[in-house]
Amino acid sequence: MKAAVVTFPGSNCDRDLAEGFARAGFDVARVWHKETELPAGTDVVGVPGGFSFGDYLRCGAIAAQSPIARAIAVHAGRGGYVLGICNGFQVLTEMRLLPGALMRNAGLKFLCKTVTLKVATTDSAFTSAYARGQAIDIPIAHHDGNYTVDAEGLARLKGEDRIAFTYVQNPNGAMADIAGVLSDNRRVLGMMPHPERAVDPATGGSDGLGLFRSLLGGMALA
Amino acid sequence: MKARVTVMLKPGVLDVQGEAVRHALGGLGFAGVNGVRQGKVIELDLAESDRAKAEAAVTAMCEKLLANTVIESYRIELL
Repeated sequence: MKAAVVTFPGSNCDRDLAEGFARAGFDVARVWHKETELPAGTDVVGVPGGFSFGDYLRCGAIAAQSPIARAIAVHAGRGGYVLGICNGFQVLTEMRLLPGALMRNAGLKFLCKTVTLKVATTDSAFTSAYARGQAIDIPIAHHDGNYTVDAEGLARLKGEDRIAFTYVQNPNGAMADIAGVLSDNRRVLGMMPHPERAVDPATGGSDGLGLFRSLLGGMALA
Repeated sequence: MKARVTVMLKPGVLDVQGEAVRHALGGLGFAGVNGVRQGKVIELDLAESDRAKAEAAVTAMCEKLLANTVIESYRIELL
């Protein structure tokens, strides 16, 4: 299975994300934002964390208009998998691949700590290796992770079981404690916490590895 | 032609930065500030001289990039 990890000017989790995919057994290609096509045979695109384009205008707004974003939209449109983490989640909402928006944390502070998440659904290729309701410890590092969606959108996310992860203790004011959401075809996941920073017991635990392993297994079945 | 775009959070979307500014004003002794909403102003210098065409172009810019219409509204002034 082939993963492509995108790098924008200001991305800073791209190497970690590539490592997360590699540890689960993916072949990983790195892709610069000015590319107009993904490498042939790409199964999943990783949109990493960081501060793409300096967070100018809005977090993720400029990256969402980049040449590679159009290729990601085409990939998603034909049912390809996309994983957006932190700034990557912001990019995917700006691209309208995922509903809602990420606003400034309710407490206004940049948050950098490990939090406990609840796996809210196992019905996705990203979460199938976890147990429903399982508690996992994953780092967060963001200033704008306060997930907001209109009432109708929230009802849809709940009704369609598209909330992937929730915070056990809400750190940022996110609506319904939402830490990560799935697209309507369940093949695009955006999440604020960083599973790629939790893939090695030597550096902060390995609870995030399940996501990458889920994906490898889930995609093999699809 | 110049255009000025004002982007604000939609009514009903909690503006946590505006709230922080309101609290700070209260702390400085400015009483009676019932609410603060913070937004941004974007000034554009356009080659277009036709008002209708300029307004249509700036509207497209707002919809595509300048505002996130999930949470923000925008107002366009042609100057």
